[in-house]
Amino acid sequence: MPNMSPVKNPMPHQAADERKNNFREVALGYTAEIAKDEARRCLNCKNKPCVKGCPVHIDIPSFLCRAAEGDFDGAYAVIAASSSLPAVCGRVCPQESQCEAFCTRGIKGEAVAIGRVERFVADRHSESSAAAPARPEPNGHRVAIVGSGPAGLTCAGDLAKLGYEVSVFEALHVAGGVLVYGIPEFRLPKDIVRREIASLEALGVKIMTDSVIGRLLSIDELFADGFEAVFIGTGAGLPRFMGIPGENLNGVSSANEFLTRINLMKAYREDSSTPVQRAGRVAVVGGGNVAMDAARCALRLGAKEVSIVYRRGEEELPARAEEIAHAREEGIVFRLLTNPVEILGNERGEVVGMRCVKMGLGEPDASGRRKPIQIDGSDFEIPLDSVIMAIGTSPNPLIKNTTSGLDTTKFGGIVTDDSGVTTRPGVFAGGDAVTGAATVILAMGAGKTAAKSIDEYIRSKAD
Amino acid sequence: MYKILEKESLNPTVTKMVVEAPLIAAHAEPGQFIILRAAPDGERIPLTIADYDRERGTVTIIFQIVGATTMVLNSLNAGDCIPDFTGPLGRPTQTEGLRRVAVVGGGVGCAIAYPVAKKLSKGGCTVHSIVGFRSKDLVILEKEFESASAVMKKMSDDGSWGEKGLVTDALRALIESGEQYDEVIAIGPLIMMKFVCALTREFGIHTVVSMNPIMIDGTGMCGGCRLSVGGKTVFACVDGPEFDGHQVDFDEAMRRGAMYRPAEAAAREKTCQLLAGK
Repeated sequence: MPNMSPVKNPMPHQAADERKNNFREVALGYTAEIAKDEARRCLNCKNKPCVKGCPVHIDIPSFLCRAAEGDFDGAYAVIAASSSLPAVCGRVCPQESQCEAFCTRGIKGEAVAIGRVERFVADRHSESSAAAPARPEPNGHRVAIVGSGPAGLTCAGDLAKLGYEVSVFEALHVAGGVLVYGIPEFRLPKDIVRREIASLEALGVKIMTDSVIGRLLSIDELFADGFEAVFIGTGAGLPRFMGIPGENLNGVSSANEFLTRINLMKAYREDSSTPVQRAGRVAVVGGGNVAMDAARCALRLGAKEVSIVYRRGEEELPARAEEIAHAREEGIVFRLLTNPVEILGNERGEVVGMRCVKMGLGEPDASGRRKPIQIDGSDFEIPLDSVIMAIGTSPNPLIKNTTSGLDTTKFGGIVTDDSGVTTRPGVFAGGDAVTGAATVILAMGAGKTAAKSIDEYIRSKAD
Repeated sequence: MYKILEKESLNPTVTKMVVEAPLIAAHAEPGQFIILRAAPDGERIPLTIADYDRERGTVTIIFQIVGATTMVLNSLNAGDCIPDFTGPLGRPTQTEGLRRVAVVGGGVGCAIAYPVAKKLSKGGCTVHSIVGFRSKDLVILEKEFESASAVMKKMSDDGSWGEKGLVTDALRALIESGEQYDEVIAIGPLIMMKFVCALTREFGIHTVVSMNPIMIDGTGMCGGCRLSVGGKTVFACVDGPEFDGHQVDFDEAMRRGAMYRPAEAAAREKTCQLLAGK
């Protein structure tokens, strides 16, 4: 008999007043009892509507059914068959707009908390299981993956499971891409990422850090080296700035820089050798998850006052509802319908404020969101010590510039078809390098699709 | 891990290391840089490639011991390993079509200017080198510059080596004596490059400078290395590190370079104590 409670089991959290002073994980995770209870809310629908909302097609009712019976190892096996990074997805996927959006229970009440149960199952597995996964029989074919973010790791995991010899090339000194440099510890502990990568290594995936493809080796050299296919998952790349006066003042950084200093280089810790600006009054420009992460990091570094400055309204904020709620609980101020026009500095070139204008909303634009329109004469100044620009990224041109036959869009994204096939034979791509900045799970979905295409490509060549 | 094959002290504050990095050596060109971490938890710092040997598979770096990371790096010896060594990053120096070039090097910047002078000279270009140091005991790469230059002007602030004066004095004298240059390449402290550019602007000589701003990833991801060049924001790591010196906003670059100075001083102090206690 399913648990007919109309609401989800709440996620235990660190209290806002406490967590805003530390970098430890905000959501504490379900216990086994809560996980079983929540899994019992699943009606095990025959047509599995939730699965079509999952970019990597996890058999959700099947894993929930096992979790409800307390068979967490069985539940893990179901998830792992489709997802290479279950503990990551359980934390950072926007489930509310994916699997949970299609849940039958959501029609009258709240959807099953699929993500929370997934997280519990994945965490329990990595805590309890010492056994390395069985290493598949090698099939004698080699594939190179460029970039070790969610797209690359997923593609690598799926190919390794099929017996491919996979090498992942990472430009930084540690693997994980945005999972290590972008998403903060309090949302995704780096130990979790390390464990997920270790389990891929146990499958035989080789991780080559300090390897900037396009400089150290070109795509052509990878082929010459015996790789039969290459997957490009190099991520979103170069941070955008607004092009307003004052953006190069001391105290202005991109969210990428601010977050990289904190997450990758551990600048929040006393023993870190990398410095970071610890400002009293901080404004983060932008309304996505990256903006929320940057704002919440600034708060944890000791800022007295942190605001999000966003040119559209509440409805249009692209960040997950949960992240917005967490940011609000922690005391972050939302200055909506507000657009910066100039960053103000003192005679030493340090930020002292930002001049903004108020915005109104007009007709929906190409993105379907209402277009912000500047209200004349509404200028005002916000006193500040630091500004963080979180307004998106544009693709890194390095691979494009060093690889012939690879078409890109006018925005610089790599052109692919729906299966991750690029214009150059043997080269596949997916994730933000193709779509521009999106989510971890969409990148994983693209990595998974590309793995399937790579397998088909190599098999067809072998025939 | 990247093994240090040779270590040599060029002067009390400048060290040369030859590092085993065959893939980087196979692809490196003058003007490019690497990013290293001297310790497993260390910060990432960029250093321009001073030389490379494709056959031996080595990359040479020359660094001034100025901060915590370079102190830790300098505590390593031949046989030790550098945990991370990434490159070659940035765009190579453009030397095509150059017939007569003045290469201006200042201080440890000479370590970067020398491979450029060498490449130009090997390619049949006439190189005039103007090399400046504070004093005689800080001189590096004297013989190397001599072998790559048709004319070499040696300058020091105190007159203890070559002539007393600034590199700009020597460059002005050469230009005013009628020497014609297709290009001036200036590599050294920001203030030196700024004044070389002010001088060459006067004479309308195209001038290239090599910028070395604060960087983290070095692949274009963080934007920490941004500079204003010709009124536009560029990233030194992917758009540079070499730029048209007449377009660079040096005052902004100097201000941005000083952004973390208090933190750098504290880290240096702490590292000093740590290394002394070893």
